[in-house]
Amino acid sequence: MSSVTQQHDNTAAHHDDGHHHPAKGFKRWLYTTNHKDIGSLYLIFSLTMFLIGGAMAMVIRAELFQPGLQLVDPHFFNQMTTVHGLIMVFGAVMPAFTGLANWMVPLMIGAPDMALPRMNNWSFWILPFAFLILLASLFMPGGGPAFGWTFYAPLSTTYSNDNTALFVFAVHIMGISSIMGAINVIVTIVNMRAPGMTWMKLPLFVWTWLITAFLLIAVMPVLAGAVTMVLTDKYFATSFFDAAGGGDPVMFQHIFWFFGHPEVYIMILPAFGIISTIVPTFSRKKLFGYASMVYATSSIALLSFIVWAHHMFTTGMPVAAELFFMYATMLISVPTGVKVFNWVATMWRGSISFEVPMLFSIAFIVLFTLGGFSGLMLAITPADFQYHDTYFVVAHFHYVLVTGAVFSIMAGAYYWLPKWTGNMFNITLAKWHFWLSLVSVNVLFFPMHFVGLAGMPRRIPDYALQFADFNAIISLGGFAFGLSQLLFVVVVFKCARGGDKVPAKVWDGAEGLEWEVDSPAPYHTFETPPEIK
Amino acid sequence: MGKLSTTLWLILLMLPQHLLANSRFNMREGVTDISNNVYQLHMTIFIICCVIGVIVFAAMFWALLRHRKSKGAIPAQFHESTKVEILWTAIPFVILIAMAVPATKTLIAMEDASKADLTIKITGSQWKWHYEYMGEDVAFYSILSTPQEQITNQADKTSTYLLEVDKPLVLPINKKVRFLMTSDDVIHSWWVPDFAVKKDANPGFINETWTKINEEGIYRGQCAELCGKDHGFMPVVVEAKSEQDFADWLADAKQAKQKAAAADAALLDQTLPKEELMTLGEQVYMASCAACHQPTGMGLPGVFPALKGNPVVLGDIKDHIDVVLHGRPGTAMQAFAKQLSIKQLAAVITYKRNAWGNDTGDVIQPSQIQAELDATSEAK
Repeated sequence: MSSVTQQHDNTAAHHDDGHHHPAKGFKRWLYTTNHKDIGSLYLIFSLTMFLIGGAMAMVIRAELFQPGLQLVDPHFFNQMTTVHGLIMVFGAVMPAFTGLANWMVPLMIGAPDMALPRMNNWSFWILPFAFLILLASLFMPGGGPAFGWTFYAPLSTTYSNDNTALFVFAVHIMGISSIMGAINVIVTIVNMRAPGMTWMKLPLFVWTWLITAFLLIAVMPVLAGAVTMVLTDKYFATSFFDAAGGGDPVMFQHIFWFFGHPEVYIMILPAFGIISTIVPTFSRKKLFGYASMVYATSSIALLSFIVWAHHMFTTGMPVAAELFFMYATMLISVPTGVKVFNWVATMWRGSISFEVPMLFSIAFIVLFTLGGFSGLMLAITPADFQYHDTYFVVAHFHYVLVTGAVFSIMAGAYYWLPKWTGNMFNITLAKWHFWLSLVSVNVLFFPMHFVGLAGMPRRIPDYALQFADFNAIISLGGFAFGLSQLLFVVVVFKCARGGDKVPAKVWDGAEGLEWEVDSPAPYHTFETPPEIK
Repeated sequence: MGKLSTTLWLILLMLPQHLLANSRFNMREGVTDISNNVYQLHMTIFIICCVIGVIVFAAMFWALLRHRKSKGAIPAQFHESTKVEILWTAIPFVILIAMAVPATKTLIAMEDASKADLTIKITGSQWKWHYEYMGEDVAFYSILSTPQEQITNQADKTSTYLLEVDKPLVLPINKKVRFLMTSDDVIHSWWVPDFAVKKDANPGFINETWTKINEEGIYRGQCAELCGKDHGFMPVVVEAKSEQDFADWLADAKQAKQKAAAADAALLDQTLPKEELMTLGEQVYMASCAACHQPTGMGLPGVFPALKGNPVVLGDIKDHIDVVLHGRPGTAMQAFAKQLSIKQLAAVITYKRNAWGNDTGDVIQPSQIQAELDATSEAK
């Protein structure tokens, strides 16, 4: 008996030891259940994917620099547009937000860790394999997926190459990872808030992530259903999307966009949370309307389920359906407007300073709103018949996703990087990164509005001569934007290595529990819950 | 001073007008009443967005300039105002309703394809369009006519690069033309910006839309829905003629079709020399087969099979003819029986069996193709 106790004590002691000091080497990262480690893994993974997906965008822009086919054949071009989209959505933006959630949600609500740490480990570690499978398919005979990231049937079924099964498997793994991540976020927020942290005291980043997590759980299974039907249609002779067997290719689009539209908000709601955190900090003033921000986020999330067919106006829907989806889509601009007005009202008569996170946030507000405007234009069905599937759409979603989601991630990274590392980043370099990105991203995406309106379809490897000048400019902007991101890598790397030491409260106007723990944040925080007044 | 500011204002007003009317920067007004309405709608929403943007960003940049910490700004303490929040929810709502009314009207008009004077059935396939004048016994394929040398930068590109076809769709002006859209394989989308017509061609289903062109001219567009490798190479060209010219063209087209049928019938008794078949066969191969099987006959591994050394091509002639005529259902291999004439089919099959070192020495005659066609129609 005593020996058992002895053993138990030893294990406990050993266990305790391991908990206080992270293990060394590769095993620390492979076996970790620590939310900060897993958050870092997600963020590093996301940055890697951002660079790989970006390299593919460089291939696309190099081919489109001049009319004619110069560098790649059309089949490979289609693989590049497809895999670029998949990597940026599922590999760069979504894991970046999950990484930020892992790091910040427990710190913001005063929890010691995520609620389900082992699942947290698993949900990260299956991701690299998903993308390994996806990327490996590019090197196999026939190449990777070439049917667009939207994989419309029957292009993705009867007419796709034999490697489609790999694409399906990769998407399944990404979906499982996202769902586990979302469950973890919900359980953590619902159960592990510090005493006194009532719902309406939750930081907005936490609120927006909670809503995002519910969206994820609602729609990732729909995506899983869609890819499974593609799989069985292609390999097992079902005909969900084949009219010859009683199916319907347009049904694929309904299912895909029922996932796809909420997915768009999955990639922007956490961004709203980040901006709503940073703007008050550097305006040194409370967020103008906290409650209305929460309600606006919830309404956007609810509306996102009833607007999906605005991606499908040209598929030949009945006019009543077209009207419904037009009205519903236009309605989304109301809560979105509320958010923008709120940020401006927060800055109004504040005491504003322009630290790097604030610069990215201001750029976000202006450029995301621009993407919102083109979104409103796209909602108008008759005009959408002209915009649909042109570069106008490409401009729209890149404004929302690059100057929207990606800029917010950059803002968040610069905002919390000193907290994570204990060091201030190189401000001069970071400002160079901001200004170069800001200018080049607009050279890259703004002229896309013009070529789109002038009639250039998207997803083409070669184009008519009247689009040549703009495409050359767009490509130059693209190369400049791509290169500028290497600066970000340098800043992050240098900051992790060292720099000026920062206090617990890095920014003078910052509020929240994350600023009450030391910088760098200790391996374990809030082992006893903090008191919330 | 007064004069100067007036001039400035005039320039400011003229500049956007000039820029905006330029179709290199903006949507086209087009040549139909509908396309005009769509353009007006587009400009209205665009201007509303600009005005909102200017107001919101002016307020923001004012704050950024005036309420700076470096200027010694002391933060105010105000937050939450139900009055303001109701206001900035209600005002956008009203603006949206103002936008939705004209949009609804235009949309309902666009979707009313009834009482058409002429119906065209448009069928997309990888990567060409087929036009059928319903009830007129005229039908043809329309294929990109830009030479491969221009695409691969071995020749100078002409002004209609990638926006030109061998046979354009010919339509009359001032007539309501109804389009029925469908597809033989994947989803395509038929788009002519000057008509504000873009509609998906879905395999197994028929979509409907219409146009009424106001001006004669040549109008160019492209396939708008990703449809595989050569999605960027299937343009739409419409030639709008006066009603009389259109009637003449239609009569000519019917006559040409009868002549072609007579020529085909005459071919049945002839034996064509191998050289003639090989020359024609190469042309047909480049136009109809090379997009997938490649000019080298090597295909794309894992996507499109190679013809060089292919067992079907080297094997039984009948099986080979059968695949070319009827395609392979469930794959990208199309049925060419209705796309090519019997002479073209005989030529291209001869070419495949003798090019790239296949060297079977087989020569296929049009009569053999006709025999196969007769056999399958009897079997049905």
